[in-house]
Amino acid sequence: MSLLNVNDLSISYADVAKPVVNQLSFSVEAGQSMGIVGESGSGKTQTAMAVMGLLPANAIISGSIRFDDQEFLGATPDVMNQYRACRIAMVFQDPMTALNPYVRIGDQLRRILLEHRICKPAEARDRVLAMLQRVGLPDAERQYRVFPHQLSGGMRQRAMIGAALLGEPDLLVADEPTTALDVTVQAQILGLLRDLRSQSNTALLLITHDLGVVAGNCDHMLMMDDGRLLEEGPTRDIFAAPSNERTAKLISASPRINVPSKTTPLPGGVSPVLKIDTVSVSFKERSSSTKSRLHAVRPLSLEVLPGETVAIVGESGSGKTSLARAILGLIPAGSGTISYVGKRLPALVQSRSNEIRRQLQMVFQDPVTSLDPSMRVAEIVGEPIGIHEPKKKKAERERDINEMLQHVGLTSELRERFPHELSGGQAQRVAIARALIVNPSVLICDEAVAALDGTIQSDILHLLQAEQADSGLSLIFITHDLSVVRQISHRVLVLYMGRVCEIATNDELFERPQHPYTKAMLSSIPVPDPNVKQDEVPLMGEVSSILEPPTGCPFHPRCQHAIARCSEDIPELEATASGSVACFRAGELDLSY
Amino acid sequence: MSYLAAIKPILRKSRDNKTIVACGSLLLLIAAVALIGPLISPHDYAGTDFENSFLSPFGGDWHPFGTDDLGRDLFVRTLLGVKVTLFVAIIASTVSLGIGVAYGAIAGYMGGKIDALMMRAVDALYALPFIFFVILLMVVFERNFLLIFVAIGAVNWLEMARIVRGQTLSLKRRQFVDAARLIGVSTPGIILRHITPNLFGVVVVYMTLTIPQAILVESFLSFLGLGVQAPQTSLGSLVNDGVVHMEGAPWLLLLPATALAVIMLCFNFLGDGLRDVVDPKKNA
Repeated sequence: MSLLNVNDLSISYADVAKPVVNQLSFSVEAGQSMGIVGESGSGKTQTAMAVMGLLPANAIISGSIRFDDQEFLGATPDVMNQYRACRIAMVFQDPMTALNPYVRIGDQLRRILLEHRICKPAEARDRVLAMLQRVGLPDAERQYRVFPHQLSGGMRQRAMIGAALLGEPDLLVADEPTTALDVTVQAQILGLLRDLRSQSNTALLLITHDLGVVAGNCDHMLMMDDGRLLEEGPTRDIFAAPSNERTAKLISASPRINVPSKTTPLPGGVSPVLKIDTVSVSFKERSSSTKSRLHAVRPLSLEVLPGETVAIVGESGSGKTSLARAILGLIPAGSGTISYVGKRLPALVQSRSNEIRRQLQMVFQDPVTSLDPSMRVAEIVGEPIGIHEPKKKKAERERDINEMLQHVGLTSELRERFPHELSGGQAQRVAIARALIVNPSVLICDEAVAALDGTIQSDILHLLQAEQADSGLSLIFITHDLSVVRQISHRVLVLYMGRVCEIATNDELFERPQHPYTKAMLSSIPVPDPNVKQDEVPLMGEVSSILEPPTGCPFHPRCQHAIARCSEDIPELEATASGSVACFRAGELDLSY
Repeated sequence: MSYLAAIKPILRKSRDNKTIVACGSLLLLIAAVALIGPLISPHDYAGTDFENSFLSPFGGDWHPFGTDDLGRDLFVRTLLGVKVTLFVAIIASTVSLGIGVAYGAIAGYMGGKIDALMMRAVDALYALPFIFFVILLMVVFERNFLLIFVAIGAVNWLEMARIVRGQTLSLKRRQFVDAARLIGVSTPGIILRHITPNLFGVVVVYMTLTIPQAILVESFLSFLGLGVQAPQTSLGSLVNDGVVHMEGAPWLLLLPATALAVIMLCFNFLGDGLRDVVDPKKNA
């Protein structure tokens, strides 16, 4: 008999017309790893919550969830508590909100042991320390006493996994356990889950939107869409021959890096539209008593050609967003100059002329907070016209708005909607329309597709590429997602702790990375192909604190190729065949694929 | 206009909220009676009738609330009190709303030294003992209806400014403000078009909670004899008069006090209901 048997499960809410989960049936065998994949709103998290008995009281549930011999639906909290932690445990997406911020890590874990009477109080401390060690928290004695905010995101997720495994459960439910983490840390956490499972016979129910994660970590998978089951079966079979049309579409839409780029070639001999010359960004460090400054971006130079797409890639804390905001004048650059077609720009956007402001526009990460919630779509898109062409007649203005909405793929029925009445993809199109209506020559996209589902992501990327082909727009694409970079950029700049590691053309970077960090990031991306082995964790450790940067090359503490010199001197950017790289060993290492 | 846009969803959700509908209708009803009642009643608020003093409720000729020590009809006087009290409260709140929102939004959006300077001024005003301030005003100028507005408004806007500033601080970090800066909206434009409409929800809620506060302050001032002057009256003055005759004619105290309590409760519940409606987390 299966460990977990979900039969005909339906979940609905009184105030939502459609059921969020509709007649879902599946089972998980002991020791099996099952992935539930779907885009947002597919009902995958609701299913996980139902299994754990964590749905809100107003959820209307029918069907059956049997764990071993116990029916979970309708079970009393007392019965559920006998199973939770000891037999079935959960890891949440965001470890910061899942851990109690006021309780030390060790005490939180100890409470689980005591609450569920897993061991005697006297043994609890030792068991917690052993678990912290097992999930890879270095110096467990010290980590026992820290508060959640003192740990990095990856460390918190390790602690969370440790908490879930304390009772040695038969089934571990993990809801998007790596979505909030950087790609190199994601690879570490997935590696940890694989290791832990190989040591025990714990079954895994992994909920994710990322087909790459499922391909590398689950034997079985379940595709969900709109609350329904699309397809279920062994992961290899589904990837090899999806029987459902929608599944096939989701698999083909999932971004991958092992395909050549499809960008249009650039004309030669043109002068740059935007020139960034030794620009740096630093912030005053308020919390520390010493008046040290936080150096978000170290002096950096970059030229952007008309019609070119430059991707700026880095993990959190790399300074990529600070750089974008400094270019746009939202924050002042600490040093250096920014010039637009040869003219030096004032540091802050307020002191730039309207004509210059018009030329540099931005699309933000979160489409919902970047639109004013009290304005209608037509007002949002029309606002720039009122500023740059105040004399334009109303009828003409309305026509422009309609044309622009159509241009970004929205119907004019949406004109009177408010931002909260739009889907994520629609809202991002409105944000793009607002930026494009003034005809800018440079558009900076700060993680513009990070918050969107796979299929919508690729639609938005196509829209931007089409716009570029039409109008010769230059794009600066800031992202942590290398598969997006692969798809759209001409050149790529890799940032690490505010310093450039490598600048190279798209194909060059993905096929022959020169910097060990680039290589590590590339190998960390989960490949949506179950036949690609993903056993090795390419990069250990996490980004060092930007307040106390390591001496020498900022990457050396994590670099497996580091030599003595790397911890003493800072490598300069040196020209290579197609760009430049900052690594002492660039010439001697062969990192190509 | 975007202000209307901000109110509309609040109104729509308010219709489904029983507390808001009940308290709102009751307040409208009270206001309507206060406006129409005196026109229908055969008595007026100032007319004395010493032969019919201290009539108990429903005694004599059309005195549903009885009469006071000077034989004036208490029903009409209570309605006048309601009218004056509501008037004072609403005007004072509106004044505090105007000053508070403008002051708070500017301080919050400008930030830095301007913010620090403006908010320290608020702190300094806050430190003044209120009653001392009112008595000072009354001594320097003369007792006067307008002065009550000034006194109440001068206190209420301080809190409004603080709340609005806090909201503005969180709003200005939202990306739509950056987007507005990039497309070239001027600073006053951003405050007017993008900040204040989004403050609306909070401000509306806060205002319904400051109205009862203003009512209370006005009643308190009148109770101390610093408020409205006879033969004009307010609920506070009526309660003050009633206390004197509490033993012989308790209705002189109880009836106006009940009216005051009902109005206060209505505004408080209305504020609570609106807070639920405006809070996005409650609608998730």
